[in-house]
Amino acid sequence: MSWPEALDPKGPEADAVAGLIWSFTGLCAFIWVLVMVALAVALIRRHRQSEDPLAVTIGEERRVEWIVGGLAVLTGLIVIGLTFISYGAQARIFGLGGGDVAIDVIGHQWWWEVRYPSDTASATVVTANELHVPVGKLVRLRLTSTDVIHSFWVPSLIGKADLIPGRTNTLAFTADRPGVYAGQCAEFCGLQHTHMGIRVIAEDDADFTAWKAGQVAAAHEPATPAQAAGKAAFLSNPCVSCHAIRGTTAGGTLGPDLTHLASRTTIAAGTAELTRGTLAAWIADPQGMKPGTNMPTMKLSAADLNTLVDYLMGLK
Amino acid sequence: MRRLLLAGLVALSLAACEREDREYRPDPIVTETPQKIALTTLSPGDTPPITDLSDMGAQYTANAYHVSQGKKWFSAFNCNGCHSNGGGGSGPPLMDDKWSYGGKIENIAQSIREGRPNGMPSWRGKITDEQIWELAAFVLSMSGNVTSDVANGRNDDMAGKPPENMTPQQPPQPGGQVPKSAESPQ
Repeated sequence: MSWPEALDPKGPEADAVAGLIWSFTGLCAFIWVLVMVALAVALIRRHRQSEDPLAVTIGEERRVEWIVGGLAVLTGLIVIGLTFISYGAQARIFGLGGGDVAIDVIGHQWWWEVRYPSDTASATVVTANELHVPVGKLVRLRLTSTDVIHSFWVPSLIGKADLIPGRTNTLAFTADRPGVYAGQCAEFCGLQHTHMGIRVIAEDDADFTAWKAGQVAAAHEPATPAQAAGKAAFLSNPCVSCHAIRGTTAGGTLGPDLTHLASRTTIAAGTAELTRGTLAAWIADPQGMKPGTNMPTMKLSAADLNTLVDYLMGLK
Repeated sequence: MRRLLLAGLVALSLAACEREDREYRPDPIVTETPQKIALTTLSPGDTPPITDLSDMGAQYTANAYHVSQGKKWFSAFNCNGCHSNGGGGSGPPLMDDKWSYGGKIENIAQSIREGRPNGMPSWRGKITDEQIWELAAFVLSMSGNVTSDVANGRNDDMAGKPPENMTPQQPPQPGGQVPKSAESPQ
C-alpha cells in the first residue's frame, strides 16, 4: 500500500479531480503573474506630467475604458468557464448516471459500515472499514451517517464527499489497477477522528466474486474445542449487545458485523493490522488502543479472552 | 493585586474541568460494583435495613461525559423502545417524580442490572457495569436530578422536549405527585 496521493491519480475519476486542481492552479497562477507584471510596469513607468493635472484627454480615457471593460468581461468569462469545467468533473464523480457496483457506506463514530445491497436479503454483504471493488468497473457509493458528519476520502481514487446524517450523497470512482488504497475520514468527527481509516481493495473480477461469495456465506462454525469455548464466551458476554455474527443469537448493530472478521486486514477502523495479538489487545483494553471509542472494557478472564480470540480469528 | 486576582481566576477555572473529566478506562479488576441496596424500609429488629453503597453513583452523576454516553446507550440499547424519550410507553415514564423502585442512582443502576417485574429485562452480562452506571446517570438527568452543567445540552435528533440541562428538577416523591391536570374534581 503506497502513501495516498491526490496528485497521483489511480483512476479516471481521480484523474478528473487532479485535472481540476491543475487547471485551476495553473490558470490562477498565470493570471496572478500577469497582474503582478502589470503592477510592476505601472510602478516603474513614469507618467508624463502635463501642465494641467485636471486636463482630460478624451482619446486616452476611451482607451482606458476599453481596457478595463474588456478585462472585466474576460474575468467573467474565465469564471464561467471554470464553473463549467468544475461541473463537468462533478457530474462524473457524483455518479449521476449510475454505476456497475453499488455500495452503501455508513459512517459511525469511529468506523465505516460497508454494505453491498442486493434484492435477495441473504446475498447482502455487510462488512466494515474495507471496500472491495472490481478493477475497471464504475463503483457508485451512497454515503450517509448515523451520528455526526464524516467525510469519505481515498486520495488516490476519489474524494472528498461528506457523510451527513439523514441525507445520502453519492460518489463514483473506478480503480484502474489492482491494489490497496488507503483512505481516511476527512471531516473532524470527534475523539477518534484520526483512527477512522478505510481501505479500498481493488481486485480483478474473479477475486472480487470469490470475496463476495465468501462474505455472503454463513459464519464458520468452531472447529476446535477452544473455538467452541470462545463462541460460548462471545455469546455470554456484552459482545452480543453491539456486534452481530450471522447465524448466532448475536444481532447487535451498534458495532461492526463480525461474521467474517478474520477476512479483514485491520481492526478498529485501521488502528492496527489484524493479527491474533492486536485483536487480543483490542478486546482486553480497547480504551488503551483507541481512547474514547464506544467499545467498552469487558474484563474477561484470561481463558475467555484466549478462546474468544481463537474463535474470532477462525471467522474467515 | 491584579496578578493575584488573575491567578485566582485561573485556579478557579481549573475547578470546572472535573465535570469534563473523561474517564475511558474503568477499574480493570472489578467486574461489578459490589453494593447492597435495600428495597424496603422494613427490617427485623430495631435498625433500618443495612445498605452498602459504593461511590460510583456520586462519581457518575457529577460527570458530563458519562451522562452523555448514557444518552447514547439509552437509544442504542433500545431503552426508548419502552420508555420513549422519558415520557414512558409500555414502560413507566422516567422524567417524572415517581420512582417505583427508588429514585437514587444506585436504585436505578440496580433496576437496570437486575431487571424488574412486568417487563424490565435484566441487563447484567448484556452490557458492562460502567455502561449501566452511565445509563443510570442519564436516566437521573431526565428528571433534572443532576446539575445542569453536567446534563446534556442538546438532543442529537429531533425531540419533543428540551434537552436535559433545561429540565426543571423534579425530586423523587413517594408515589409521585399528581399533576394539576389529573386532580379531581377538575
